[in-house]
Amino acid sequence: MPAGELIATDQQGRSGGEADIQYAYSVLEEVMDPEVPVVSVMDLGIVRDISWADGHLFVVVTPTYSGCPATEYIETSIRDALQNAGFSHPKVAQRLDPAWTTDWINEQGRNRLKAYGIAPPVGSSSKRSLLSGITPVECPNCGSEDTEQLSEFGSTACKSLYRCKFCLEPFDYFKCI
Amino acid sequence: MTKYDELTEFLLRLGDSALIHAQRLCEWTGRAPALEEEMGMMNVGLDLVGQARNWYEYAAERINDGTDADTLAFRRDERAFRNLLLVEQPNGDFAVTMTKQFFYDAWQFHLLTMLKDAGDERIAAIATKSLKEVTYHLRRSSQWVERLGDGTEESHQRMEKAIDTVWRFTFELVEKSDAELVLSESGNIPALSELPEQWLATVNNVFAKATLTVPDEPSAFYLSARTGMHSEHLGMLLAEMQFLQRAYPDASW
Repeated sequence: MPAGELIATDQQGRSGGEADIQYAYSVLEEVMDPEVPVVSVMDLGIVRDISWADGHLFVVVTPTYSGCPATEYIETSIRDALQNAGFSHPKVAQRLDPAWTTDWINEQGRNRLKAYGIAPPVGSSSKRSLLSGITPVECPNCGSEDTEQLSEFGSTACKSLYRCKFCLEPFDYFKCI
Repeated sequence: MTKYDELTEFLLRLGDSALIHAQRLCEWTGRAPALEEEMGMMNVGLDLVGQARNWYEYAAERINDGTDADTLAFRRDERAFRNLLLVEQPNGDFAVTMTKQFFYDAWQFHLLTMLKDAGDERIAAIATKSLKEVTYHLRRSSQWVERLGDGTEESHQRMEKAIDTVWRFTFELVEKSDAELVLSESGNIPALSELPEQWLATVNNVFAKATLTVPDEPSAFYLSARTGMHSEHLGMLLAEMQFLQRAYPDASW
């Protein structure tokens, strides 16, 4: 560890204990996804762990899709938010295993997606649901289940494109993986 | 021909195939038959670029001479690439593109399902993550093969022609490899001995629904991704893909 970092640890002037970790979690509640700015990184379930390591706050992040262009942006946003909150040298590391699943999106995140006009993932992810893809998706605008898939992919890799046959509005569906 | 150990070569085989296939998909930008399909192809490509990066990062750590994922993608020559011959073939029409996609998806699906249980934890983690994405890719390409094969007379004919065009490159998907046997014996990866049968079973199954004929077992010929003996198409693809980093080394946004 470089000498400078030894001096500038995140514990300076702090207890470095559990309260700080809870505070860090609350800071990350405010870090929003760049593509869907109504859900936070906590809602999405991509922050897997926050702990202390060698005097630094250590945040473990599990990326959503392998090729998601927002991954690096999100990591930078997390680092910036923690620095602004007073953690001078937080470390952010990626963890691939276990792989991210939409099952990790919390209730608040699901409600926020829906209010934003994106249908949240239906049911739990399993190999069967991925292969068959037969699940009724509720229209986020009118609540009808009379909807149809227009395309396997929507505006981003994590979404597919649907249309409501009742209110006729097209909408994005957050795919279940 | 091989410069690295079996495990690194194996990682490059996975990473290179994903990257080159993704590069071919990108060629459809602005030219796809429908906007939704263009988005579909770009998103599949994006998943694959991400997967390639994961494989490359692991390979680069093993090579451990300052090489990184970008060096592997942009600073290697044709003969150093280990991608399947299938994925470097030109896109042709939408039928050829979808046939390539389906053959590759089915291969990835069964291979990654096996690698999920790899003794090498890093391989298992990348495979588990990639498999979620690839399962979705396979679902999409299987549906397209069925739709086009069992569609109109013209779409059926075009599919038969597409299969004729690329089938001969599928020998690599069903060949047994000594290098992979070494890796499974050392416990890095599971035995891949059933991969050919499983791949063929998926092809048979989907082709039956698509009213398409499965050709006879393809035989190997003098080209091989394992030794870097590629078809002429790869060189031109790399010339385009690598241009920026070759002309302006280390250029960044």
